[in-house]
Amino acid sequence: MAEVQTISVETQVIQRQPKDYKSDLEPIWCPGCGDYGVLNALFKAMSQLNLDPDQTVLVSGIGCSSRLPGFVVTYGFHGVHGRVLPVATGIKLANPELTVIGVGGDGDGYSIGMGHFPHAARRNIDITYIVMNNQIYGLTKGQTSPTSTLGFQTKTTPFGSVEGQINPLQLAIVSGATFVARGYSGMPNQLAKIFVEAIQHPGFALVDVYSPCVTFNKVQTYDFFKGRVYEIPETHDPTDKFAALRLAEEEDPFPIGILYRVQHPTLDEQVALLKQKAYTPNPSVEQLLKRYQ
Amino acid sequence: MEGSRTDFVVRLAGESGEGVLSLGEMLTTALARLGYEVYTFRTYPAEIKGGTVLYQVRVADHVLLSYGSHVDVFVALNEEGYHDNISSLRPGGTLIYDSDNVPTHELPDHCVIPIPIGTIAKRDIGSVLTKNVVALGAILRYLGAPVEAGEHIAEQTFKRKGEEVVQKNFQALHAGYNYVAQYVDCLKPWLGGVERVNPDRLIINGNEALALGAIQGGLMFYAGYPITPATDIMEALAPILPRFGGVVMQAEDEIAALGMVLGASYAGKRAMTATSGPGFSLMVEQINLAAQAEIPAVIVDVQRGGASTGLPTKSSQGDLNLALYGVHNEAPRVVMAPTSVEDTFYLIQHALNIAERYQLPVIFLSDQSLAHRRCTIPKPDLGRVPRWERLLPDENSRNGEYARYAITETGISPMALPGMRGFAYTATGIEHNEYSDPTYTPENLQAMKGKRFRKLQHLNEHFGEQFVRIWGDPDGADVGIIGWGSTEGVIREAMQMAQREGVRAAALYPKILMPLPVRIIEEFASKVKRVLVPEANFTGEFAAYLRSQTGIQPISYARDTGLPLDPEEVKAEILRVARM
Ligand SMILES: Cc1ncc(C[n+]2csc(CCOP(=O)(O)OP(=O)(O)O)c2C)c(N)n1
Ligand code: SF4
Repeated sequence: MAEVQTISVETQVIQRQPKDYKSDLEPIWCPGCGDYGVLNALFKAMSQLNLDPDQTVLVSGIGCSSRLPGFVVTYGFHGVHGRVLPVATGIKLANPELTVIGVGGDGDGYSIGMGHFPHAARRNIDITYIVMNNQIYGLTKGQTSPTSTLGFQTKTTPFGSVEGQINPLQLAIVSGATFVARGYSGMPNQLAKIFVEAIQHPGFALVDVYSPCVTFNKVQTYDFFKGRVYEIPETHDPTDKFAALRLAEEEDPFPIGILYRVQHPTLDEQVALLKQKAYTPNPSVEQLLKRYQ
Repeated sequence: MEGSRTDFVVRLAGESGEGVLSLGEMLTTALARLGYEVYTFRTYPAEIKGGTVLYQVRVADHVLLSYGSHVDVFVALNEEGYHDNISSLRPGGTLIYDSDNVPTHELPDHCVIPIPIGTIAKRDIGSVLTKNVVALGAILRYLGAPVEAGEHIAEQTFKRKGEEVVQKNFQALHAGYNYVAQYVDCLKPWLGGVERVNPDRLIINGNEALALGAIQGGLMFYAGYPITPATDIMEALAPILPRFGGVVMQAEDEIAALGMVLGASYAGKRAMTATSGPGFSLMVEQINLAAQAEIPAVIVDVQRGGASTGLPTKSSQGDLNLALYGVHNEAPRVVMAPTSVEDTFYLIQHALNIAERYQLPVIFLSDQSLAHRRCTIPKPDLGRVPRWERLLPDENSRNGEYARYAITETGISPMALPGMRGFAYTATGIEHNEYSDPTYTPENLQAMKGKRFRKLQHLNEHFGEQFVRIWGDPDGADVGIIGWGSTEGVIREAMQMAQREGVRAAALYPKILMPLPVRIIEEFASKVKRVLVPEANFTGEFAAYLRSQTGIQPISYARDTGLPLDPEEVKAEILRVARM
């Protein structure tokens, strides 16, 4: 009897509301920061998927945006600048049951952490990576970023940036990512929808989100994006790599939505297969030592 | 050694890429299987082809502590190798050389054996690739070993390549063997025979012992990036760790390797990475993260020679300072150093245990000479190191908010794993309070640093002295040696040599270098007349560390040549210090 009861309690589905994911810590972001929109959209998506906070890990680096895990009631890993993807990869490989979501800024992911980005993509590790792309360094108070536009003036580029931009969407696609999307924190409902799809996607899912830094970026503001973004029409075929790359090339207006989505074996699946291949009954160190006798 | 029938050194030198290392390994294994103790040393150029490789094996009927100081039998396979090493051959020693590659030499005080190795391989066997097996046969015959010893190892080595290759190599082996039997008249019974072959010994090197010890210690996750001389640890683990359900990942760089390790460990797996100096340097930031966020991790640094790219294939003990102090601000870490191949097997298990129990990074300092030292060791006792588990919170008795970083007397707080119900928290490198909320108050910083450093104190008080090994009797000893890491065997041998010249020395080796077991070290120092600290680096890093941590003023003997310390030179230093 008692046993049956426990089971029924455990299988009882609790429907969590977006607010149920909010932690006691109040975000320390500037009023109006785009990251609020990202956080709220994430709450919404988590609620829609009814993610179990105890089975979910948010991994971040360093930056304003990287403070996000503290504001959510899930497990979190707030590491060092730029190392979101290796840490998230380690967590997912250690426990593939977990839903692992990496978050961070454009500096974190595309500058200091860039060495890891194409590798996470080519490995197709089953994690979601949300980059709050404000095209500037927020936490360190306004320096140029790899997604800053040519000529962009910041404190470290007073004469205007002399470097071109990285295109993270194209880079992700050509590196082997199996889900690539662009969001905008000014379109929260659509962003929540993208998050739902990204989290559900088996494989490496990049969501690059335009998330304005209202304090330091006086160019790519909410006003700037007004009339410069449009939803990707349903006629776009997200399995068409070249169509996706072309779409990723477009700016002004910027396409928002899912550019690319295909299915390939994920790293965690491959590792599970590898373990099967290596399988030997009752492995023991005793046995291994024999080779050295 | 006096009284023993067998104790000699064979040195091989030849062109890199021509199978000298595998010749050395085959010879070593063949002799060890006959029952002899072996102890090897190798050094080679960083390039795969070109330059001279040197492989030295000491063979004896008693336990060996070093690779020896004099060469008894020198096998020269190329001219450069001949010129670089001939002066090491002791008077009366034997020179065997490949007369196809090395010009004829008359050495009146030596037994000189020219063998046209290349010609035999090419003309008689039909494959130059068998050159090193021709040499193996010749050496085995010269030493007085049965040809079966060679057949056994040749079969094992070439089995994977098919029966035809095995047969070719058998022919090569016999050709070399018979050549010596037929043409050489200065044969000498180097091998005096052994009483009994102990079937329970292993013939293993430091990196292999480390990989197997780690598996025995419960390793479940390894990530690394290839770098000499640490790569073979990953190569040893890759085929076997998955059998135990574990994961081996080749990361895109060392930063990613440690990041993956920290992620896996945070999620509950025993995790380790291994690298060498350049890669270790890249890991420094995240070692601090592990300390601050209290995540267990073992970081193996197989030290190599020189700064920057330096001498990738040579040995050194030059990374001690980086291991001890390579940190911004202050954060606790444990630094350990294995003292021998056998010790490596056990100590790496302790390293994993300490990381798990104390939730901090453990740096494990091996070096090239130890990593590639193949020698005979007693078969390890698999039950010797009991498993220490990580302290987890009790899932059934959570009351109130979960304090991941609860301040405790030991400094250890229960660590929840993702998936545990009701314990969700954010691990963070930001200074935090007990509940892992970012907190910037001065009181909190003091309290939290205190908590984290108390773990080192606890480790030191409860276990520190168990990891100290003392050799000889320090009471009134003329010289007390305090050493660390791979030099232990050489030091012990030097002590025995000094003893024969009337100088009494004792030695102390702490295997945990941080936290340093100060009490027992000072006690040791107080009993001896003078303290000597020999180490294979240039600036005397350990001696300086001892001066900073203890009241001892040791005499530093620091020597960085890319080679391990030599027992003769250490003996001379012991005598010098004793007579000071
Ligand atoms: C190794 C290292 N280098 C530099 C820094 C300083 N730093 C912190 S955040 C940051 C960049 C922040 O920009 P971004 O990642 O785009 O995040 P945002 O603050 O804009 O959300 C920098 C350079 C650091 N914390 N660590
Ligand atoms: S500085 Fe910019 S990115 Fe940081 S919180 Fe403020 S608005 Fe957001």
